[in-house]
Amino acid sequence: MMGEEFVALSLTPMLIGILAAIACALPGNFLLLRRQALIGDAISHVVLPGIVVAFLITGVVAAVPMMLGAAGAAVVAVLMIEAIRRLGKIEPGAAMGVTFTAMFAGGVLLLEQSDTSTVHLDVEHALFGNLESLIWLDATGWDSLLDSEALAYLPVELPRLLIVLIAMCVFTWVFWRPLKLSTFDEGFAQSMGIRTGALGFALVMVAALAAVAAFDAVGSIIVIAMFICPPAAARLMTNALGVQVAWSVVFATLSAVLGYVFAGYGPLWLGADNAVSAAGMIAAVSGLILCAAAVFGPHRLRGGAPSEI
Amino acid sequence: MLWHALTLQLGYNATLVTLGAMLLGIAAGVTGTFLFLRKRALVSDAISHATLPGVGIAFIIMVALGGDGRSLIGLMLGSAASAWLGLLCIGFLTRRTRLAEDAAIGAVLSVFFGIGIVFLTFIQTMSEGRQAGLEGFLLGSTAGMLFSDTVIIAVGGALVLLAVIAFRRPLSAVAFDPEFAASRGLNVARLDLIMMGLVMAITVVGLKIVGLILIVALLIIPAVTARFWSERVTGVLWVAGIVGGLAGYTGAAVSAIAPALPTGPVIVLFLFAMFALSLLFAPARGVLAAVLKHLSFQRRVHIRQGLLALAQGQPIYEKLTLRLLQRAGLARADGVATQDGKARAAKALRDETRWQMARSREEFALAATFYDGLTEIESVLTGDQIHELDRLIGAPKAVHS
Amino acid sequence: MTAIELATSNGTHMAETANDAALAIRGMTVSYGQKPAVFSVDMTVPVGSMTAIIGPNGAGKSTLLKAALGVIKPLAGTAHVFGQPVSTSRERIAYVPQRASVDWDFPTRVIDVVLMGLYRELGLLGRLRGAHKAKAMDCLERVGMQDFATRQIGQLSGGQQQRVFLSRALAQNADLYLLDEPFAGVDAATEKAIIDVLQTLQSSGKTVVAVHHDLSTVCDYFDRVFLINTTRVAEGSIKDAFTPQTLQEAYGGRLATGQLGQTALGA
Repeated sequence: MMGEEFVALSLTPMLIGILAAIACALPGNFLLLRRQALIGDAISHVVLPGIVVAFLITGVVAAVPMMLGAAGAAVVAVLMIEAIRRLGKIEPGAAMGVTFTAMFAGGVLLLEQSDTSTVHLDVEHALFGNLESLIWLDATGWDSLLDSEALAYLPVELPRLLIVLIAMCVFTWVFWRPLKLSTFDEGFAQSMGIRTGALGFALVMVAALAAVAAFDAVGSIIVIAMFICPPAAARLMTNALGVQVAWSVVFATLSAVLGYVFAGYGPLWLGADNAVSAAGMIAAVSGLILCAAAVFGPHRLRGGAPSEI
Repeated sequence: MLWHALTLQLGYNATLVTLGAMLLGIAAGVTGTFLFLRKRALVSDAISHATLPGVGIAFIIMVALGGDGRSLIGLMLGSAASAWLGLLCIGFLTRRTRLAEDAAIGAVLSVFFGIGIVFLTFIQTMSEGRQAGLEGFLLGSTAGMLFSDTVIIAVGGALVLLAVIAFRRPLSAVAFDPEFAASRGLNVARLDLIMMGLVMAITVVGLKIVGLILIVALLIIPAVTARFWSERVTGVLWVAGIVGGLAGYTGAAVSAIAPALPTGPVIVLFLFAMFALSLLFAPARGVLAAVLKHLSFQRRVHIRQGLLALAQGQPIYEKLTLRLLQRAGLARADGVATQDGKARAAKALRDETRWQMARSREEFALAATFYDGLTEIESVLTGDQIHELDRLIGAPKAVHS
Repeated sequence: MTAIELATSNGTHMAETANDAALAIRGMTVSYGQKPAVFSVDMTVPVGSMTAIIGPNGAGKSTLLKAALGVIKPLAGTAHVFGQPVSTSRERIAYVPQRASVDWDFPTRVIDVVLMGLYRELGLLGRLRGAHKAKAMDCLERVGMQDFATRQIGQLSGGQQQRVFLSRALAQNADLYLLDEPFAGVDAATEKAIIDVLQTLQSSGKTVVAVHHDLSTVCDYFDRVFLINTTRVAEGSIKDAFTPQTLQEAYGGRLATGQLGQTALGA
């Protein structure tokens, strides 16, 4: 399992899975504490119409226009949710439900109506991604990691997600204090001159960036799962924000690795001969971790740790 | 063609599906209103996504038992079982841990869906699974439906609607005011359970037509749309039922003539169109009306404050106030009142003085609670009472310009 | 009495000295929807005073405070702090929001909440030094919470939560302290501790404004009152502005006359 074949066939998808999972889990921590966990759900649904529109405009399946299209759709969705919530005085959950279903439906219909038979663009791909196909055929073994020629043929998703993950880390690091402050006590933050509205919007946009970058590689279902499950499990492990974020990174990594391994090798262990969806399995493992945290997590209950009393 | 579809002339199967979709739409609109009023709209999203593993497992079990695996009833039973499990998980996470409901919903939604995808990819590798067509459950499809399936959907839609009608009274009481309903002896927890049961039934019946990703729209959008047209629970229920029914009917009919179109998205876009029109143009709560109302309200506040400042010889602090006074011909650009402005200012100050007197006297205490700076005192007190106030205030007023 | 005098008779005649005031609000109107919660309010708080904002429930007390701070956007009106617009004088203001306005299940410790008061000092990436922690500890000690520094905020009682909030405001080291219902739902010991801190602040020249509910303690705790019921009813020293007549005007029939007589000074 750890030989040449591993580097060529499993290393890159696994790394891509890990990067995507962490990139989503980082902003997910703050979304969770702000009771905006489902924003991730909404964003990952509207990525599809964004990508379709970008394809219809440019006529090609290329990373940059699609990322722009998806990011644009995320902006439209966030503005629409806010508009419905404020102008129509509708509770946020319902406003989200209206927005993402409508945009997703629009995306599906556009997709069905346009000629995408020549390109790899369909609803199922959008939902499940295709992690298994992101292999590194030029790798001949661990040495390839030092071979610039082989490295040039790494799947483009890998460096792209790496950049996005670095951006996530920088954002979280730079805005740690105002994010924490405005999440805990918005009124106080405003009285200090922090523009909480702009900061909240920036957080959602950063989450959208993570969703868009991860979506292409791993599909929207992992995106939703990684926004919510690792941070939620992490919240049950600790009562300190910094530690929570660290746990969420651990859980995201664990989900990606175990999920990938179970999807690829699990069926073989059980006697079947075909792998199952890695994206689905990663989501399932993150659910198992959350389950374990909900039953055994030391800080699973409200009002502090029972163990310390 | 479209006309034929809308008038149910496309054959027996299409007619049954269209009628079933309509009944289902009405039931979903009404049930969704209960959910919406209980502020739990997105629970339905978790329920619908949580059906997927059940569909997969049911298929595998039916095949293992030597059956076809595509029996709609069997798949529906499986989906109901796993949706119920998902609901239990949400309950566990919110009650037994510190997690909020939105996190629980998101977790259940994504994890169950992920597990469902694992099953689907497994089924695709089974020899019986290649033509299973289970992907149709994601976005809904009425193409190539068997006669027995259409009967199931029509009967299912009718049954769900009957159940909704049967429970409409206690459910609307709970949705409107749960505490009051509890004080009247209604079992709120059990009614919530019934509400969730209805949501589940709608999801299960609608799975084949709308698809599990978008069924949440059928539950949420009619209620949200209806909220723009009525302030009363019954009114909202009626409008939501009609909106849901219309969308279900039209969506199914359109997809009958264009089999390539997935039904779910067509229905959702119909719903969204109705929602968008309501959001913009509804008479009382619509955006257009609200913007106009806000602008005129802001104008009233500024003019009133400006007049009071003029009457008391105080400077006008804000440019907007002065501009509005100027535009109304009440003041000149340098902030000096016009003839008209002086008269209106005097009236405003007299009003304010009367209000102040009313507030300081016990006998006017009730009327004084209506004070908000804008309400005309004449609309609250009778002429005699105002005379009494003027008597208390005393001599005729001198008013500075 | 002419109308003009009537309309301003309860005022402090300090409008002309707004530039010297610790807090000067002019023509403030705030509305949620179509009904003003606060209408055309002027308020002038002299430097070094201790003012209670009082009025019945829903009279716009907290709303006025939040609008002055820019936490909610007013429909009309301006607010100045020491003669400067609020937006340019934030480092001179400390704010204590209502205790119930935040999620106490947030994963953080008491000392971290107090350190939030040093945000303007620390900035985005400024390093947290020992001196900052020492300052935060000092602020906790001033409210008697030093032993709780590393406690989870979710484990605090209501009174303790309020003390932590006050301690955070102390860390801001401001000149004007705005408190929203600091005594709501706290135990007697906490109430005593808070008022001691506030009086110490006043004696060192700071200005304190607090939304207050309990009419029976107004005279003991404060030297000025601001009575509000949507609009300003009275403002000034306890002696001038806290009278049965002004209370009747602010509270209408919501207080029994006997109670008014007992509470207000000079009755």
